Amino acid sequence: MIPVGEAYWLPVIFIALMGLAFLLYAVLDGYDLGVGILLPHDEESQRDMMIASIGPFWDANETWLVLGVGLLLIAFPSAHSQILFHLYLPVTLMLGGLILRGVAFDFRAKVPPHDKRMWDWAFKGGSLLATLSQGYMLGLFVMGFEQSPAAHAFALLSAVCVTAGYCFIGAGWLVMKTEGELQRRAARWARIGLWMTTLGIAAVSVVNPLTSANVFAKWFSGPFALLLLLIPLVCFFAVLVADRYLAQFPFADDFGCWIPFVAAMVIFVLSFAALGYSFFPYVVPGRLTIWEAASATESLWFILYGAMIVLPAIIFYTLYAYRVFWGKTRQLTYY
Amino acid sequence: MLDTFLLSRIQFAANISFHILFPSITIALCWFLFYFRVQYNRTGDEVWMRCYRFWVKIFALSFALGVVSGITMSFQFGTNWPGYMETVGNIAGPLLGYEVLTAFFLEATFLGIMLFGINRVSPRMHTLATFLVAVGTSLSAFWILALNSWMHTPAGFEMRDGVAFPLSWWQIIFNPSMPYRVTHMLLASGLTAAFLIAGISAYRLLKGDHKPAPRLALKVAVYAAAVLIPLQVLVGDMHGLNTLEHQPAKIAAMEAIWETTEGAPFTVFALPDEIDRLNRFALEIPGAASFILTHDWRGEVKGLNEFTDHPPVAPVFYSFRLMVGMGMLMWLVAWSFSWMLLKKKTLPTWALRSLVAMSFSGWIAILAGWYVTEIGRQPYLVSGVLKSHDAVTSVASGNVGLSLMIYLTLYAVLLTAYIRTLFVMARKSVLVDRGEDMVTLQERHNPLTQTGDVAGSAEKTGAAL
Ligand code: HDD
Ligand code: HEM
Ligand code: HEM
Repeated sequence: MIPVGEAYWLPVIFIALMGLAFLLYAVLDGYDLGVGILLPHDEESQRDMMIASIGPFWDANETWLVLGVGLLLIAFPSAHSQILFHLYLPVTLMLGGLILRGVAFDFRAKVPPHDKRMWDWAFKGGSLLATLSQGYMLGLFVMGFEQSPAAHAFALLSAVCVTAGYCFIGAGWLVMKTEGELQRRAARWARIGLWMTTLGIAAVSVVNPLTSANVFAKWFSGPFALLLLLIPLVCFFAVLVADRYLAQFPFADDFGCWIPFVAAMVIFVLSFAALGYSFFPYVVPGRLTIWEAASATESLWFILYGAMIVLPAIIFYTLYAYRVFWGKTRQLTYY
Repeated sequence: MLDTFLLSRIQFAANISFHILFPSITIALCWFLFYFRVQYNRTGDEVWMRCYRFWVKIFALSFALGVVSGITMSFQFGTNWPGYMETVGNIAGPLLGYEVLTAFFLEATFLGIMLFGINRVSPRMHTLATFLVAVGTSLSAFWILALNSWMHTPAGFEMRDGVAFPLSWWQIIFNPSMPYRVTHMLLASGLTAAFLIAGISAYRLLKGDHKPAPRLALKVAVYAAAVLIPLQVLVGDMHGLNTLEHQPAKIAAMEAIWETTEGAPFTVFALPDEIDRLNRFALEIPGAASFILTHDWRGEVKGLNEFTDHPPVAPVFYSFRLMVGMGMLMWLVAWSFSWMLLKKKTLPTWALRSLVAMSFSGWIAILAGWYVTEIGRQPYLVSGVLKSHDAVTSVASGNVGLSLMIYLTLYAVLLTAYIRTLFVMARKSVLVDRGEDMVTLQERHNPLTQTGDVAGSAEKTGAAL
């Protein structure tokens, strides 16, 4: 049963806010997780530079995850517990990964030189563990937490695909923020990441409507079927532009160094929108709609008032922080 | 065999205990940093900036540990205590939400500028960034303690079909125990940071550091502790009176008083025995408990036997004594060393050694205090509303056992690494000579710790202002 009035649209606003938080998380923490996974084992100076490029941002980036999970918990408490019940072990592994990389980042700069390498490994390994578990969880979620071998195989595919996506956006970030040898290396990483991501997205787009009649109907017989075609088209276009750019890299005067990163953002936003469209209005696919899971309207109002004031402020000072650290990262005059 | 419930409790306690260690430091350390920064702006004396530079690194490390362990916390409710959110989610959710919105983003974003932006923004903006991070950490403490206090003394809500609905947000946030708990915790953080600063600075002096920075930091810290500790004892006493009013069973457990008595004695030490319901080997001061709790030597104090549900006695009883004992020790140390500093300007070696030994005394008192508070609320999760047992997950115990193992291993490694690194950093700073201060060769090549030379150039600009 779908309610009317505020009981109808408050949950809609909150699912949109939550979606926004998770999307921002995927893009923002996405690039710094990607940079972590890409840390090369040969060049210590490149590792230093890569980590310097994400130094001022990673903490705030990770906070979007806290907000996303927070909104799930605030607005849809019963969905929160159902989802986390099914994802108990992958969540633990993800948290383990996030813990390792978050601290490795600081420890590596402070410990005696011979320990530094170990923390670099922890950083890389932690990042990889976190992205693999996130991808795995996304896969299980898409399959509606089905407990079959096929569902787990799909989740594995999703784990690899999400990790590739993070590597792509991370490499795109490095192309944008660095110069010289490292930048050229990043361009090569970006191209590999791009193709793996594209393959992954294609696979998910085929499997998803085939396994769920509901999703199939939404995409192929709805009133917007034609309009929806735009999503894969624009996505394909972004892939093409990024690929051509990376194939001919480098350009004079660092022309268009932002192109791969922006292309990655476009691909992330569109894939996310497509997933969101497939599952709306379910928070737990096939089981719980946003209205069934929503908390009391009094509580939603209380937090909405605050969010309306605070969110613009957060966006404002986040932009300010990015402006302060605008431009290429430099090793010695990093500050 | 350990069941899911017990394992979840152990896991929650392990996670929150690990988490609280780092906020305990960062909440107040950031105010210390702000003070260093302001003093530097005011006097232009570079020593203040050296203090800032050394301690901002320790801040960064502690903050990172606080953040990652905090992220674990925000998943805990869903993974292990689904009944909690399903019952009181309407109240807990928004309070947690406000913490994220008003505090976490603020501190996390300006942290970047505070740590790495010193050469990219004006000294004024950098001071502001430090201030905003300090405000952010204190705000997170405010919101989470509002929620925690509500769990102890719930107010401003009604139950409909077994689910709590908010009636007055004001009453929910400013619930009866909240002002005491927030003040007590903020002061506790001040003491923890003060003893850490004093301890590490004393360690540097003992290792032959002749630069003025550790001397100055040590002095600031010891004086701060001397001011904070009597306040803490006072607030602690008021907190206890508030608890007596709202959670008498917890007080009875803290004091191990079995029968309701007039003129109840204060038990300095005993072995509470819950099976025979009496204290063994008790060392008592007649009438003192009544005097502390009712401010009357003949006042009546309710005993544990009055309550059908009461918390386990021994852990609450011992933890309380540990916290108060630490408080007394801190008082002694802070006042006597302040006095020496005032008189003689320096501390003898034995005094420096005792400060090193007290480096983490704040942690011990804080953990003990939280164990009193939280175990003292059992068997309830939310006093009178929800029992812990009714909130637990149905995840298989094997999975909880596995996750617990993972966490415990990680925590053991990280805690060792953290403490070791603090002392490594202290030793490293001793080797640097006066002119060069903290910029060692490794740090120069290490983008994450370049606070060194960059702060140097900012100092020039700063001093010109
Ligand atoms: C540096 C830390 C520190 C020190 C020296 C003290 N405390 Fe404390 N105490 C805490 C840190 C703390 C804490 C960890 O922050 C707690 C746990 C929850 C809270 O609000 O504060 C706490 C809880 C707590 C409680 C439990 C309140 C409740 O949950 O109902 C009482 C009665 C006291 N304290 C009383 C005292 C007294 C009389 C002290 C005098 C020596 C004292 N504390 C020193
Ligand atoms: C302020 C936020 C806090 C909240 C919301 C909170 C909430 C909880 C919850 C949900 C449990 C598990 C259920 C139970 O066993 O009752 C618990 C138990 C516990 N918490 Fe807290 N807690 C907070 C702070 C702390 C801190 C800072 C510490 C210690 C450092 C702490 C120590 C414990 C311990 C030891 C238990 C286990 C008690 C037992 O099971 O006997 N808590 N608390
Ligand atoms: C169950 C209880 C708790 C939860 C769910 C929780 C959650 C979190 C989260 C998610 C973060 C990371 C924020 C970020 O991304 O920047 C964090 C950090 C923090 N928490 Fe907690 N927390 C809890 C208990 C406490 C308690 C009891 C205190 C203090 C009284 C506290 C004070 C802080 C502070 C000051 C920070 C900032 C980081 C730092 O200073 O290390 N938290 N917490």
